[in-house]
Amino acid sequence: MAYRQVIGATGEEFVARHLTSHGYTIVERNWRIRGGEIDLIAVAPNGKIIFVEVKTRSSNKFGDPLEAITPAKAARLQRLALGWLSTHSRFGSDYRIDCAAVLLLPSGEIKLDYRQAVL
Amino acid sequence: MALSQVKTVALMGLAGYLIEVEVDIADGLPSYALLGLPDAALSESKDRVRSAMANSGQPWPNRKVTVSLSPAWLPKSGSSFDLPIAIALLKASGLFIDPDSEETIFIGELALDGEVRAVRGVLPALVAAKKLGIKRAVIPKPNLAEAHLVDGLELLAINSLGELLEFFINGVNLPPADEIPATARIESSVDLSDIIGQSFARWAMEIAAIGGHHLLLIGPPGTGKTMLAARIPTILPLVNPEEALEITAIQSVAGHLVSGSALNRTPPFIAPHHTTTATAMVGGGSHYIKPGAASLAHRGVLFIDEAPECHPGVLDSLRLPLESGEVTITRALGSVTYPARFMLVLAANPCPCGRYSGKGRACSCTSVQIRRYLQRLSGPLMDRIDIRVFVEPPSRTEMMGAQIGESSKLVRARVLAARARSQTRFANFDWQLNSEIPAKYLRADFRAERNAMAVLHEELEAERLSARGFHKVLRLAWSIADSRSHERPNRSDIESALSLRNSAGQLS
Repeated sequence: MAYRQVIGATGEEFVARHLTSHGYTIVERNWRIRGGEIDLIAVAPNGKIIFVEVKTRSSNKFGDPLEAITPAKAARLQRLALGWLSTHSRFGSDYRIDCAAVLLLPSGEIKLDYRQAVL
Repeated sequence: MALSQVKTVALMGLAGYLIEVEVDIADGLPSYALLGLPDAALSESKDRVRSAMANSGQPWPNRKVTVSLSPAWLPKSGSSFDLPIAIALLKASGLFIDPDSEETIFIGELALDGEVRAVRGVLPALVAAKKLGIKRAVIPKPNLAEAHLVDGLELLAINSLGELLEFFINGVNLPPADEIPATARIESSVDLSDIIGQSFARWAMEIAAIGGHHLLLIGPPGTGKTMLAARIPTILPLVNPEEALEITAIQSVAGHLVSGSALNRTPPFIAPHHTTTATAMVGGGSHYIKPGAASLAHRGVLFIDEAPECHPGVLDSLRLPLESGEVTITRALGSVTYPARFMLVLAANPCPCGRYSGKGRACSCTSVQIRRYLQRLSGPLMDRIDIRVFVEPPSRTEMMGAQIGESSKLVRARVLAARARSQTRFANFDWQLNSEIPAKYLRADFRAERNAMAVLHEELEAERLSARGFHKVLRLAWSIADSRSHERPNRSDIESALSLRNSAGQLS
C-alpha cells in the first residue's frame, strides 16, 4: 500500500474503534459504487444508520481536514448515503451523516475531531 | 452551541443605526455565512477577519459560523464591521470577555496582520451611538481626532486587534493617545491683499459675505475672478462649533477627513470642475450614497468656475438645495438626506472668446453668441443669485502702483461686526442671515425707510424689477445697511443694492 493509503486506512480504523467503543456496530467499510465511496457505515445503539466520512492528515499545515469537504463533496456524500439505503432495502430509515477528522502526529499520538450530523 | 453579540453602528447618510453583530458557532462542517444585506466590501470581511485573527494569535473556529447583522433589513456597507465581527467571533469562542459590552460599540477595518485601520464616518457614527445610549467606543487610532469631537463617550483607540485583546484579557494598558488641539482656523495661504484693484468686486464680496448672498462674477479671463472667489472663505466668520460638527461629519462620511486633524472651524471652499456630473454635484452612488460637492460646501462656499461650460442640468441640480438647504438622494438602497446650505459663487466669461469687456474691440464673438453664452445659466438659477458683478481688468495705474489692497483680516472684522448687527435683529426669528429673510417679513417688520421703498416701487412700476427681484434687492439692502451701521436700509443703501444686482448690465 502506498503511504497515503496507509494513512487513510489508519484513520478509518481509529474511527471505527472509536464508534465500536461507543456501542455502534460497523456494518460496512469502504462501500464503493461508481459515484464514490463511503468510508464507514455503522448502526447506532438506537438503530439509526450512520454514514461517516473520514479525513486523515499527518499535519494541519494545509488547513483543517474538514475544510476539504466542499459543498460538492458534501452533496455527493448525501447521494451516496441514499444510494446505500436504497440498495440495501433500507430506504426511508432514519440516518445521519457524520464527519471525522483524524490527525496522526509524528509522536504517534492520534487526535480525533468527530462531528455529528454535519449535513 | 456558542452564541455572542457585539454592537456597532451602520450609517445611512449621516443617520446612524445601532447594529447587533450576532455570531453563532455550531458543530458541522467548517463554513461561514454572513447575513444582513452586506455589500461587496463587507462580504470580503471573512478573509480579512480570518487572517487578522490568525496573525494576532487567535484560532479561527473551524466550525459552522453564522454571522448575522441585525436589523437584517438595513443594507450595510463598508469595512467598519471587521472589528465587531472579529470580537463577536472571539466572544462566541469564549476567548473574549467584556463585562461592559452592552454599552460598547466597536468600529474598525482589519488589516491582514491584525492592524486596525481607519474607516470613514466615525464621527456621525459616534454621535448616533451616544444618542442611542452607548457609553464606550472602541475605534481605530487614526480616527481618534474626529472621535474626540463627541463629548461624553469613553474612547478606546487601538492600533491593532492584538493590542485590544491584551487590554481586555491581560489588562495591559493601551498606549496613551496624543493630545489633539482643536484647530479654530487653518490659516489660509491666500489673502485678499493679493488682489490688485477690483474695489467694486471686493465690496460686492464683502456684502455677499455679510448676508450670505449668492454671487456671480463675470469678466474676461485673467482678471482675477478665481482669485477673488478663493478668498471668500478668508473673510467669512468662523462657523460655530455645532456647524463645524456637521461639516466634519459630512467630510467623515465622504472619507475626506485628514487623519489627525480636529475640529476645523474655517468655512469650507469647494470648487468642482465644470465638467462635473450632477451626481458628483449633489451626491449619489448605488452602494454607498456619498455626499456631493453641494454638501461638502455646507456652511461654506461652492465655487463653480466657467459656469456656462457646465453640462446642462448640473447647475440646475443645485436649485433644490439652494431652496431647502439640504439634498435628499433616493436610490434602490434607500433615501439619504445630507445638509447643503452653501453660498454659491459662479464665475463666467462674458462670451465664448472671453474678451468681451470695455468696448469689446478684442472680442471675436457675434452678438448672438454673446447673448446665448450667458443664457446657458438658466433663468430660475440666475433668479436666486443676488449679486452679479462685472470684474474689469485692472487699470494701468492699478497695475503700476505699489498700493496693497485691504487684508482679509480687516475685511473679516467688518463682516463680523455687520453680522453681529443682523444676528441681534434676528434673535427672535428662525433665520440668521439677511439673504434668508422670508418675503412676508420684508413687507412688514423688515421694510426699508419710506423714501427708500419709494425708489423700489418706482423700479417695480418701470418694470425694471420683478416682484422676486424686489425682495432680493431689499435683502441685499439690509446687508449693505448692516455694513454701514444703518438702523434700516435708506435710499442710498437701496441704490447700492440695485447697482450690485445689475452691475453686469445687460449681460446678465
